[in-house]
Amino acid sequence: MYRYILRRSVSGLLLILAVSLATFFLMFAGGDPATRMAGESGSVADIIRIREAYGFDRPIIMQYLSWLGGFLTGDLGRSLYFDLPVSSILVERMFTTMRLGACAILLAVAIGVPLGVAAGCHPNTKIDRFALLFAVVGQAMPTFWFALLLVIAFSVTFPILPSSGLDSWKHYIMPMVVLSYFAAPAIMRLTRSGMIGVLDTDYIRTARAMGIVPRKVLMKYALRNALIPVVSLAAAQFGYMLAGSVVVESVFAIHGAGRLAWESILRSDLPVIQALVLCFSLFYIVLTFLADVVNAWLDPRMRIS
Amino acid sequence: MTAAPVAPAVGAKPIVTRILPRWRQHTGFMLGFSVLVVFALMAILAPLLAPHDPYAQDLMSRMRPPVWMDGGSWDHPFGADQVGRDYLSRIFYGARISLFVGLCVTLLSCLIGTTLGVAAGYFGGRVDTVISFLITARLAIPVVLVALAVVALVGSSLQVVIAVLGLLLWDRFAIVMRATTQQIRSADFIVAAKVQGASHLQIVVQEILPNVVNNLLVVATLEIAQAIVLEAALSFLGIGVPAPTPSWGLMIAEGRADVFFDPWLITIPGAFLFVLVLATNMTGDGLRDLTAPEGRNR
Repeated sequence: MYRYILRRSVSGLLLILAVSLATFFLMFAGGDPATRMAGESGSVADIIRIREAYGFDRPIIMQYLSWLGGFLTGDLGRSLYFDLPVSSILVERMFTTMRLGACAILLAVAIGVPLGVAAGCHPNTKIDRFALLFAVVGQAMPTFWFALLLVIAFSVTFPILPSSGLDSWKHYIMPMVVLSYFAAPAIMRLTRSGMIGVLDTDYIRTARAMGIVPRKVLMKYALRNALIPVVSLAAAQFGYMLAGSVVVESVFAIHGAGRLAWESILRSDLPVIQALVLCFSLFYIVLTFLADVVNAWLDPRMRIS
Repeated sequence: MTAAPVAPAVGAKPIVTRILPRWRQHTGFMLGFSVLVVFALMAILAPLLAPHDPYAQDLMSRMRPPVWMDGGSWDHPFGADQVGRDYLSRIFYGARISLFVGLCVTLLSCLIGTTLGVAAGYFGGRVDTVISFLITARLAIPVVLVALAVVALVGSSLQVVIAVLGLLLWDRFAIVMRATTQQIRSADFIVAAKVQGASHLQIVVQEILPNVVNNLLVVATLEIAQAIVLEAALSFLGIGVPAPTPSWGLMIAEGRADVFFDPWLITIPGAFLFVLVLATNMTGDGLRDLTAPEGRNR
């Protein structure tokens, strides 16, 4: 178990290094960053001054190392727009997004898993067809359109829910529903197929033949095995959800990390964009790492391979 | 020396003859595919079908509601937008943008993903380790955010959106192709080709690709849907296809200011987007069922 975790940590660290490299080179996607910062009216002298001030005249590898070193010590650079340290802007925004995301993924699991279990236990029945419809519709629904439809329905036609901000629990409902409907279909489908697969195995047949109460067979033996892949999926979906918050937060005017990312992109505030991309990637890597550890604990077979 | 043995069983009959008897019974596939054909026709025939020029502004018919609402007229069946452009015409031309982006992005990402996936699955060992690492790293990168940032930095245009999405969305191709290639890499017909002295390239092109083309088709269909949604999302956020191009995502964004009084500006293009993605997904799911019966419960 410890060896597995150690091995998995090393690959996680390598992954962080690779992603940080990609994020760093994002700065050069729009050409020379100094020219971009100087703007259209910038003279050659301005560009040279900016280059020196921000250290763009150093070799690229040195720039990368100092950027990465700064990141590791919590110094994410300075926002070009706010002229504040990026970390001071980021923490609170990230917290908002994480809180919303955590609520949403819990809701998605709370809907997806029971629905998947019900569908998997009774394939080709009404409940199965309903679950499939739920998933198919959810997977085709563009997030931003669904969000706007909810606004039209519950803020315009029947004004019962607030359409923007995040001040009370009522404000959480629509963004939560939108985000969780984005994640729930995949969770439902995987739970369903896992359930169908597990219920077909010999050990379930044996357990049933031995006369163990059906409910106990389901809960203790079938569900535990069917849910192993769902853990990884839910972790990955949580990561995607955080990164996808840019859309939802822009519709509901929530001042979270996603909206900050969007605004920073419109302002070409590169240090903030880079910090956000790296943070979201880090979350994803940490989440999938944790999911793997949980899985190794749930399923001893995983530790060996 | 005889010619290399042809890959047996799976690739022996063309797809069409194998699924023809069964595909009629698959309601989801038939429905999805029919709708997809309608959308494709809509896109191709847009210049013939559209009652107006999608770019022509007409201040007299600004914010004209659709025909089924009070004040609508058959002159503008879906109404007219904030500057009086005919909404129906813009919807037709929007189908062009969506399908064009979906196809181009998928073509590009298919090329990258299949090359990486087949290489990883076929060669195994170090090559596999490196490519698997690349796939994992790609999965860790937030697509929407990076696509937004790069498009904004490089400058938004249709070509840039296609290139950026194509370079980002190859993961599913790589994952599926790697797994499928691994399954058949030690099959008898591959070994036979090797023994006959076929080069790696020959084996990949003549033996492996014909056997993975079914899965490729399924992934490609689902990927088209994803690319369409992402293009719409980028355009909706104002960093995708630039105005005044009739992109559905852009139309929804332009209608946002009027959400309280004229929600149809949002519901109409969104409904088309939703139905197109739904139809594409249903076609992909159906193809998976029809080409691989064991995947039916997935």
